[in-house]
Amino acid sequence: MTLIDLANPTRFLSLTARLLPWLAGATAVLMLIGLYQSASAPDDYQQGATVKIMFIHVPNAWLSMFVWAVMSAAALGTLVWRHPLADVAAKAAAPLGATFTFLALVTGSLWGRPMWGTYWEWDARLTSVLILFLMYLGLMTLWRAVEDPSRAARAAAVLTLVGAINLPIIKFSVDWWNTLHQSASVFRVSGPTLDRAFLTPLLVMALAFTLLFVTLLLAAMRNEILRRRVRSLQIIQAGQKAA
Amino acid sequence: MSALAALIRRDIKIALRVGGGALIGVLFFLTVVVLMPFAVGPDLKLLTRLGPAILWLGALLASLLTLDRLFMADHEDGSLDLLVMSRVPLEFVCAAKALAHWLAAGLPLIIATPLLGLLLNVDTHSTAVVAVTLLAGTPALTLTGMIGAALAVTLHRGGLLLAILVLPLSIPVLIFGVAASEAAITEPASFGAPFSILCALSLASLVIGPFAAAASLRHGLD
Repeated sequence: MTLIDLANPTRFLSLTARLLPWLAGATAVLMLIGLYQSASAPDDYQQGATVKIMFIHVPNAWLSMFVWAVMSAAALGTLVWRHPLADVAAKAAAPLGATFTFLALVTGSLWGRPMWGTYWEWDARLTSVLILFLMYLGLMTLWRAVEDPSRAARAAAVLTLVGAINLPIIKFSVDWWNTLHQSASVFRVSGPTLDRAFLTPLLVMALAFTLLFVTLLLAAMRNEILRRRVRSLQIIQAGQKAA
Repeated sequence: MSALAALIRRDIKIALRVGGGALIGVLFFLTVVVLMPFAVGPDLKLLTRLGPAILWLGALLASLLTLDRLFMADHEDGSLDLLVMSRVPLEFVCAAKALAHWLAAGLPLIIATPLLGLLLNVDTHSTAVVAVTLLAGTPALTLTGMIGAALAVTLHRGGLLLAILVLPLSIPVLIFGVAASEAAITEPASFGAPFSILCALSLASLVIGPFAAAASLRHGLD
C-alpha cells in the first residue's frame, strides 16, 4: 500500500471507512486517560490548579504548527506530484488548523488571566501564534474565493509553501521585536525541567490531540470527496436537463 | 535581456501616464500621514516620537494600495497571457515587473518621505534614516506583495483578498524597518544589526518572490 494506491478516491473512501471507527475509538480512550491523568496531577507549587490548563493548551499549540507542516507536505503533493488527494487533505486541514490555533490562543489567554493578571500580553509567543491564526484565516479565505477546486488548490498550495518559509522568519522577527521593546517579560516558562507528574499526562494529551486531528482530517477528507462527487453529479444532471 | 528591458520601460511608461496610478500611492501616503495628527492629537512631541513608525506604516499601506495594478491591468487586456507564453522565463518576467513597479510606485514614496517627515516634526537626520531604511525595505514589500498579486489576479474581487494575504507576510519588514530607524535615532551603535536583517529580508524575498509569483501565475491562468 503506497501513497499512489490511495490516489483512487474510492479506495481511499473504503479504507478510511474501515479505519475511522478504530481511530475514533483510540482517540476517545487516549483522551479519557489523558484527562484523568491531568485531573489527578498534583497542583503546581506556584501556579496552583491553573497549571492544568497546560494539558489542553500545549497540545493545541503544538498542533497549530503541526497542521501547517501537514498542509505544506500536501501542498508539495499538489504542486509537484499532482496527487489527487493532496489538495483534498490541504483543504480539509486548514479549518482544523485554524481551530487548534484559536483554542491555543483562548486557553492561553484564560491561563494568562490568573497568572499574569491580563488576558492579552504582547508577548513574542502569543503574537506569533496570533499571526499564525491570521494566516490560517487568509488561507481559508483563498480557498473560498475560487470556485474551481483544483485551481483553488494550486493557489492555496503556493500560499501554504510561502507561509511555511515565512513563518519561521516571522517568529524570529517577533522574538527580536519583543526583546527590543520589553526586557522584563512576565512570561514564565517551566522549561524542559518539567516534573514527571506533569510530563506524562502532557505527552498522553499531545498524542490524543494528534490522533484527534488525524481522525477529523480523514473524516473531513471523506466529506470533501463526497461533496465534490455531489457537485459533479449536479453538473452532469444540469447538462442532461439542458440537452 | 532586451526583452526584459523593454518590459521594464513599458511598465514604467504605463504606470506614469494617465490612468497608470503610480502617483496615487504617494497621495495615499500623504493622506495617511495627514490623518495621523487627527487620530493622536496635534502634539508635536508625540508626533516626533511616533514619526518613524507613522512613516513606515504609511509607506507599507501605500505600497499595498498599488499592488493589484502589478498584474491586473495586464490580465485584463490579455498581455499577461502573452508574457506567460513568451520564451523569456516567467520568473525573470516577474522580477522585471517587480523592479518596474518598485521604480514607479516605491521610489516616489521614498522621495516623498523628507517632506512628510517635516509635517510630523521629525528632524532631518531622522528623516534621512527613515528614507534609507525604506530604500532597503520597500523592495521586500513589493516582492512579497507580488506573490499576493499573482494569487489574486486570477480571482474575482482579488483586490480585497490581496491585503489579507500580504499584510501578515510584511510583518518582519515592518519590525526591522522601524527597529533600524529608531536605533539610528536613539543609539546609532545598534543600527547595523536590524538594518542588515532588513537588507537580508529584501534579498531573500528577491529569491522567493519571483518564483512563487511565477508558479501561481502558471497554475492559476490556465
